[in-house]
Amino acid sequence: MRQEPAARIALRQSWDDYVLLRLEAPDVAAEARPGQFLMVRVGETLDPLLRRPISLHAREGGSLEIFFQVAGRGTALLAEKEEGETLDILGPLGRGFDLEADFHGRRAVLVGGGRGIAPLFYLGRELRAKGADVKVLYGGRSLRDLPVRDKFAADGLDIACATDDGSFGRPGFVTGLLEAEIARRAPDALFVCGPDPMMRAAAGIAAAGRIPAQISLESLMGCGFGACWGCVKRIVRGDGGRWRKICEDGPVFPAGEILWEGAE
Amino acid sequence: MTPDLSTDLGFLKLRNPILAASGTFGYGLEFTQFMSLAAVGGIVVKGLYYGPREGNPPPRLVETAGGLINAIGLQGVGVEAFAADVLPKLRAAEATVIANVCGADDDEYVRVIEFLDRQEGLAAYELNISCPNVRRNGLCPALRPETTRDLVARCKAASRRPIIAKLSPNVTDIAEIAAAAEAGGADAVSLINTLLSLAIDARTRRPRLANVLGGLSGPAVKPIALRMVYQAAAAVRIPVIGLGGITSGEDAAEFLIAGARAVEVGTANFVDPTATVRIARELSEFCAREGIARSADLVGTLGKGGHGTLAR
Repeated sequence: MRQEPAARIALRQSWDDYVLLRLEAPDVAAEARPGQFLMVRVGETLDPLLRRPISLHAREGGSLEIFFQVAGRGTALLAEKEEGETLDILGPLGRGFDLEADFHGRRAVLVGGGRGIAPLFYLGRELRAKGADVKVLYGGRSLRDLPVRDKFAADGLDIACATDDGSFGRPGFVTGLLEAEIARRAPDALFVCGPDPMMRAAAGIAAAGRIPAQISLESLMGCGFGACWGCVKRIVRGDGGRWRKICEDGPVFPAGEILWEGAE
Repeated sequence: MTPDLSTDLGFLKLRNPILAASGTFGYGLEFTQFMSLAAVGGIVVKGLYYGPREGNPPPRLVETAGGLINAIGLQGVGVEAFAADVLPKLRAAEATVIANVCGADDDEYVRVIEFLDRQEGLAAYELNISCPNVRRNGLCPALRPETTRDLVARCKAASRRPIIAKLSPNVTDIAEIAAAAEAGGADAVSLINTLLSLAIDARTRRPRLANVLGGLSGPAVKPIALRMVYQAAAAVRIPVIGLGGITSGEDAAEFLIAGARAVEVGTANFVDPTATVRIARELSEFCAREGIARSADLVGTLGKGGHGTLAR
């Protein structure tokens, strides 16, 4: 992990309140893995004070792409950055997805909801490089919430979409798409990132089908590197559950380790 | 000529007056990937109860205008794990380590000190008598002079190491509390801990923190911290260590001018993991620019009023 005070924005794309930035940061990129994240300063003054955690969307040589949705004051400022400007970033942070297993010839299903699609492009490419058969399921409220859908197909990744309002793809939640996919052909591994209710439902589906699932959690973070203890969630590791840091122990956890809020 | 930043607290000599504040620097090891722990005056590690502690449920953080409200609730590993797993690495890193001591009651403070007294590699204890997040309504010993004096006296009697009492800003008269800590035998006081605060989500009409109340830190609190350091320094002869919203070398200089002999850097560590070493460097540059030979020459030099200017 390192600090890059001036990562140049080489590319900016936006779709309504979704934004993609490509950052030139060779030293950070060299250490990056799918599922890791950056802590990004959104301005140069003391307000907003804290960096924002943004997950890695892709690695392109010495550059890293981040993809995010405007969700508050910090991300709104970040969305105003233009090509040629620089960003102060810290990263790569977190453990990322566990890709130690042999994925050759294995079927991996990646489930993303809304901005939770961000890490799955990087992950899909990496799994494919490891010889996995990759299927991506992408859900959102409406067609406008699926801005990077064509990017997956253009990269040769098999993708299916679902929208809550039926404006594109299969009508309904992405978890419906997941159940249909499992019925068609059981995957060997699931990877999930999205809103909490969606991840919780996907974790339930994975448990019922005895499919190992890795879940990428989102949290407000003070620092991103383990110093503030602000980003905890209840994680069970043979101990009945403790508050563990999302930034340091995660953000990716095996589905069985997560004790969902209200489930205690 | 390079300004001399060496700092003498009487009971402890420091390379420079910049310390990392407890609760914002983990156990120190989280920062070794960014900086040398020996490059700063010292580090005050995260608060230690005797046993491991769960802390509060999330959400534990809210960002506010120029600040941060936290209600972590002193989650931590306890003294035994700290001594076994952390302290040997801090000794190897040649850090000047101050342990932040917590207790659910007065007896636990003493038990923590008695345990840590048997460990090597600690320079002093900072008594956390001022955390607003562990009892209801922000109650803590540092809210009253009597409880401050009595607890400090018990800890001082039990300890073979110097005692720094960390004071709360949530009081009517900080001078009275600082004097009580001195009367109890404290070797120094540090202030301010966080300001008891509330953040509300108007749409849901619910508090933003699970704990309802939390402690405010960051640049937003600096003027209050400076005022309290100024008042405390006038009330005691023991050294005052100032903290609250320091993000630059010039901020550190302001605290020294207000009467602090050393300062702690807190929330800034979250944004810039090298904040402590950067601020030490900036303080040196400030002194060089202003023709000040020793940063200690700044301590308690606040002049007369009337030099305010309108910001443009």
